[in-house]
Amino acid sequence: MYLWIWRRLPGDARTKALVAALALAAAGLLLWYVVFPWLEPKTQFDHSVIGGDPSPTATRGR
Amino acid sequence: MRVAIRGLGELCVTAGLVLILFFAYELWGTGAYTAQQQDRLDAALRKSWTAPKVTTEKVSLGQGLALIRIPRLGKKYHYVVIEGVSRADLRKGPGHYPGTALPGGVGNFVVSGHRTTYSAPFNRVGELRSGDKILIDTREAQYTYEVTGLKIVKPTEVDVTAPVPFHPGRRATERLITLTTCHPKYSAARRLIVFGELTETRPRTAADR
Repeated sequence: MYLWIWRRLPGDARTKALVAALALAAAGLLLWYVVFPWLEPKTQFDHSVIGGDPSPTATRGR
Repeated sequence: MRVAIRGLGELCVTAGLVLILFFAYELWGTGAYTAQQQDRLDAALRKSWTAPKVTTEKVSLGQGLALIRIPRLGKKYHYVVIEGVSRADLRKGPGHYPGTALPGGVGNFVVSGHRTTYSAPFNRVGELRSGDKILIDTREAQYTYEVTGLKIVKPTEVDVTAPVPFHPGRRATERLITLTTCHPKYSAARRLIVFGELTETRPRTAADR
């Protein structure tokens, strides 16, 4: 897969490396700022509230 | 065949790297949001303290209620306690269970906070020992609570939040504080509970605000 992408990158090896690095950074930023904030509330593993899970939006009456 | 296997391997490695990045985000990335919200709420809370008192309106959900400081956890340990314990509230900082006592009030002032992720305000509350001080600042006063004990309970043990912990229905006479967080770290299996009682109340004068 990566070899296939590498072959399709334009230019010589240096340009290819640069484009690949930029693409990697873009993918990382997309994950960090868009995908993970969306995914995180669905996978919460740190539960501090007693009496079960607080609902995602409303506050539990207590 | 070889190409297919190599492709599969590359996909697996990629998935692994994404997963590592995701856990890095859980541990450190989520704190950036909390820090930003804390700054905002801190400024709003302090501003409301200096404003002349014109309303008796209750603190609404998601707003700052008080400041919490725990000297044992460092001089800089300082968070705004949010009103409410929904997920959205707890992402901003430690949250006060609505309906439990207010700071300094008779009954149980119950606060929940993340032990990991989202700045992990209660990460080190397990280090607290009896006699350690928990300082709660509100517009009106500074309340000093002293830790009386720690306990690890099941997540269903709601009686720790009762006005008299473990005795739901009994009428409260004491002024208590209870902190709840997850236990062990990174898990939802148990809850770590810190109990404390009010030992001192200092009224806040206008000059202090």
